[in-house]
Amino acid sequence: MKLHEYQSKNIYAKYNIPIPRGRIAASASEARRLCEELGGKVVIKAQVLVGGRGKAGGIRLVKTPEEAEEVTTQILSMKIKDLPVRKVLVDEAVSISKEIYLGITNDRTHQRPVLIASSAGGGDIEVVANQSPDKIAKLHIDPLLGMRDYQVRDIALSIDLPRQFWRQFGEIIYALWKIYIDCDATLAEINPLVITAENRLVALDAKIVLDENALFRHPDLADLRDIDGEEWAETQGRKFGVSFVKLDGRIGCMVNGAGLAMATMDIIKHLGDEPANFLDIGGGASSEKVAAAMRLILADTNVKAILINVFGGITRCDEVAKGLIAACEEVNPQVPIVARLVGTNEEKARMILEGTSLIYADSLVEGAEKAIALVRERQP
Amino acid sequence: MSILVNNKIRVLVQGITGNEGLFHSQQMLYYHTNIVAGVSPGKGGDWVLDGKVPVFDTVKNAVEVTDANASVIFVPAKYAADAIFEAVDAGMELVVCITEGVPVMDMMRVKEYMRTRKTRLIGPNCPGVLVPGEVKVGIIPGNIAVPGNIGVVSRSGTLTYEVLYALKHANKGVSTCVGIGGDPIKGMNFVDVLEKFEADARTDCVILIGEIGGNDEELAAEFISRQMTKPVVAFIAGASAPPGKRMGHAGAIIEGSSGTAAEKIAILRSVGVKVADYPEQLAGMV
Repeated sequence: MKLHEYQSKNIYAKYNIPIPRGRIAASASEARRLCEELGGKVVIKAQVLVGGRGKAGGIRLVKTPEEAEEVTTQILSMKIKDLPVRKVLVDEAVSISKEIYLGITNDRTHQRPVLIASSAGGGDIEVVANQSPDKIAKLHIDPLLGMRDYQVRDIALSIDLPRQFWRQFGEIIYALWKIYIDCDATLAEINPLVITAENRLVALDAKIVLDENALFRHPDLADLRDIDGEEWAETQGRKFGVSFVKLDGRIGCMVNGAGLAMATMDIIKHLGDEPANFLDIGGGASSEKVAAAMRLILADTNVKAILINVFGGITRCDEVAKGLIAACEEVNPQVPIVARLVGTNEEKARMILEGTSLIYADSLVEGAEKAIALVRERQP
Repeated sequence: MSILVNNKIRVLVQGITGNEGLFHSQQMLYYHTNIVAGVSPGKGGDWVLDGKVPVFDTVKNAVEVTDANASVIFVPAKYAADAIFEAVDAGMELVVCITEGVPVMDMMRVKEYMRTRKTRLIGPNCPGVLVPGEVKVGIIPGNIAVPGNIGVVSRSGTLTYEVLYALKHANKGVSTCVGIGGDPIKGMNFVDVLEKFEADARTDCVILIGEIGGNDEELAAEFISRQMTKPVVAFIAGASAPPGKRMGHAGAIIEGSSGTAAEKIAILRSVGVKVADYPEQLAGMV
């Protein structure tokens, strides 16, 4: 779960990481007032949960309250990567003499937290990592031992940070580490951490990504979820306990198991069409859950057919077939549905589905081919 | 011979009195797995599964009485790390953690702690191990595979079942199937299992089922080119997955530009691994 910049900065402030003075605004007039309060020169920053805000024109420096109002009106009418901007952060402008990158994340390969720092901050750190890997310093941290003082010195030295900033830099690293641990973050990042013209270190941007699996420990952080900032279908999926990701194709997919769900999408693509979604209904397949999943898929008007792929291991195929029929009666889908149920009691399932509007398929390939053929009949 | 488990293994189930734990313990018993004990704090002294399996309050206590040497964990995610630590401290040789949704930080601490211990961990978020016709430690349906000479290792659950089932229909049998799980930080990885298959007399070839995210498949390819003499075929799920979106499994996400299916398929092919276009195809390739 991603946090907005302003939410992340609120957390940074609690841990005494220096941030610019600033406040959140939901209207142009509010932004104007904040600009006056902050003394004129401010940065207006779109609050959306995607990267690339700057390039999209969502971060602008303004010099007067009038300009703040005008620019905020523009930004609040923008969509950045399909997400509408509902709030802006108004931060006092800071004079920058140097930009540093600082972040802590999970390193899957080393199975440890890793601290990443770079003297080339401010931009896309992945680009820096690819183009000039020598400008990136990485340091793994023992999760049982925590961050050590010598590691802070190591990292400061390896990004050529002048000694006069080491103490403050160390305080910021320790705070970031504490945030990463205390919040169960999978990423806690400052990009850029700037050295100001007055020789102070300030976190100009803030990004925290939380581990969804650890939210049970952090009800206060779970409350920060911005439902408006994510797609409707994904919110709904969470509500019904199914894992859903919307895609751009026209064949809806309903599958039990994440790996099998991906494989089902893959075969549609392999055969020359496009899946409309990823959907894992998880273990079992009660009619309630199938009906909820079906509604989710059908909410996308691009969907012209649904391919259901269920492997019955412990779940029995005949029970899944009954669940499907009940769900179809309830939802009354207007697109053809191809069902491929394999595993325990698949013969019984086939008999149950015979004579219904559901189309049976024996194999995954056959199921995908049938769904694609049906879609092409309707929409070549 | 099989890898990791055999019919001599003495299994303990952590979380045996919960719905999942009880159901799958019964399934394991049907498969003649030797379940010697269950653990459920506060329920020590009870007997479950028609009075066949004694329940203990702690793993330590269960081991003292029953000599269990492997544990299967079904406890809820918030208690899973503690259950693993407990099993490791009680000296288990093998721990299979079925639980899904364990916080990443918990798993990093577990992994760090286990570096100096001899216990092997499989999972979390995994279906466990099946030796067809012999023993199952986990939740892989017992009836979908027959004994044979093909080793199967996978990051997925139902996708693995699908492949086992296709093999069974093609009259091909499996030596051992290991589901290593879909989490980013986990116990055994592909290389650990491939190493075992390479040394296993009963295994003649291996099916590897990977997916997007991380670099487990890349490390496997490196190992295969360096040390594997047995043929390996593979399927990688997620060729149609968009970057930056988590596809169900906590570990199935293309981060930045790395971890794509195309990248993994290319590197596996470059070391001579045949990669299937779809899972059912695998049965015809071994």
